[in-house]
Amino acid sequence: MIRWLLWLLAGVLLGGIVHLVAVLVLPNTATQDAYSRLLPIAPVNAVAPVPQPSPQNEIMPFMDPAVAIAVCRYDLSGGPMKLSVPLSPAYTSVSFYTRRGIAYYAINDRAAGRRQIELQLMTAAQRADVPEDEEVTAADRLIVESPSNTGLILMKALAPEPGLMPAARAAIARATCQQEAGPAGTESR
Amino acid sequence: MRLLLGLLFTLAVAAVVGLGTTWLALSRGAAFGAVTIGAWTAWPRSGTRDVDPYARATIARSGELPIASGDGVAFVARTDDGGRPLDGRCSVVVSGTTPQARFWTLTLNDPQGRLIGNVLDRQSFTSQEVVRHADGSFDIVIAPRTRSGNWLPTNGAESYVLVLRFYDTPVGVATRAAREAPMPTITESCS
Repeated sequence: MIRWLLWLLAGVLLGGIVHLVAVLVLPNTATQDAYSRLLPIAPVNAVAPVPQPSPQNEIMPFMDPAVAIAVCRYDLSGGPMKLSVPLSPAYTSVSFYTRRGIAYYAINDRAAGRRQIELQLMTAAQRADVPEDEEVTAADRLIVESPSNTGLILMKALAPEPGLMPAARAAIARATCQQEAGPAGTESR
Repeated sequence: MRLLLGLLFTLAVAAVVGLGTTWLALSRGAAFGAVTIGAWTAWPRSGTRDVDPYARATIARSGELPIASGDGVAFVARTDDGGRPLDGRCSVVVSGTTPQARFWTLTLNDPQGRLIGNVLDRQSFTSQEVVRHADGSFDIVIAPRTRSGNWLPTNGAESYVLVLRFYDTPVGVATRAAREAPMPTITESCS
């Protein structure tokens, strides 16, 4: 009897390990995570509008129907990215996610304080390569550091009423994200 | 022989316990760091780098993208203040005031996160379009049949969830008590 209890205890402990491993491994093996769902409509290093969610069709669950979204699927292995998002009348935000859906940074129009949100996205290694330029201070250029080479940039514009949705979608459609060829420090403001 | 049987028994128990608890935890949406105010629950850490492994696995499984911390916070209600599950055949009133935010939206979803079609083609309200009383408070009636005022149709769906999203708000990871974030009440009445 005791022997079977010991086998049972061993099984439960092993089950605990299986549980932890399964939870930790799952994000890396998920085939229906947000990145995979956006892959068909989002070319790499370009802005793609995300279709508004509707009862018949939505690309991801739990999307906000009052928000217009465009996505830039980025790959920094070819160099840093430059992102420019015009402000929509009501509320604009830009959120950054890793390949596995971890939100590591977000900025909205109030924090940006200008006519458009402009920033550069680069890896830590690329940031170290940015030459020190005394004429350009940290306040002039906003640099976001990505923990990984690939990920998603979500640009959102809120439509306070359904009639304002076309204007929100139009604002987001004018956003650009492009890869800079060459070192990030060569452009001037 | 007994050794082999014992090993097989252990492995079987491990598989059942390990995978069973994983499935249970993820289908119930387990995550740590929940902020619960009334019937509303948010997981603000899921929008930061401090997201816990259970939340990450739940998000990877469902395919959603959590709202980033610098963007806002999303509260979910599956029951009313009394604990009754939200039922689309009954009448639910969301009333009161909200914490400070530049905008908020209230969305009606089925439990899997899909939108529910209805005659008005309306699945949400924003803070700007909701009709308010003189003191700024509001009532939103979520019911299957037409109501005057702010009406969100349920189309008779048996079970649904409400998602209240705040954009550009101080509510977030540091929120602990209801007095920092006065959430609207949810009252369900089935007749």
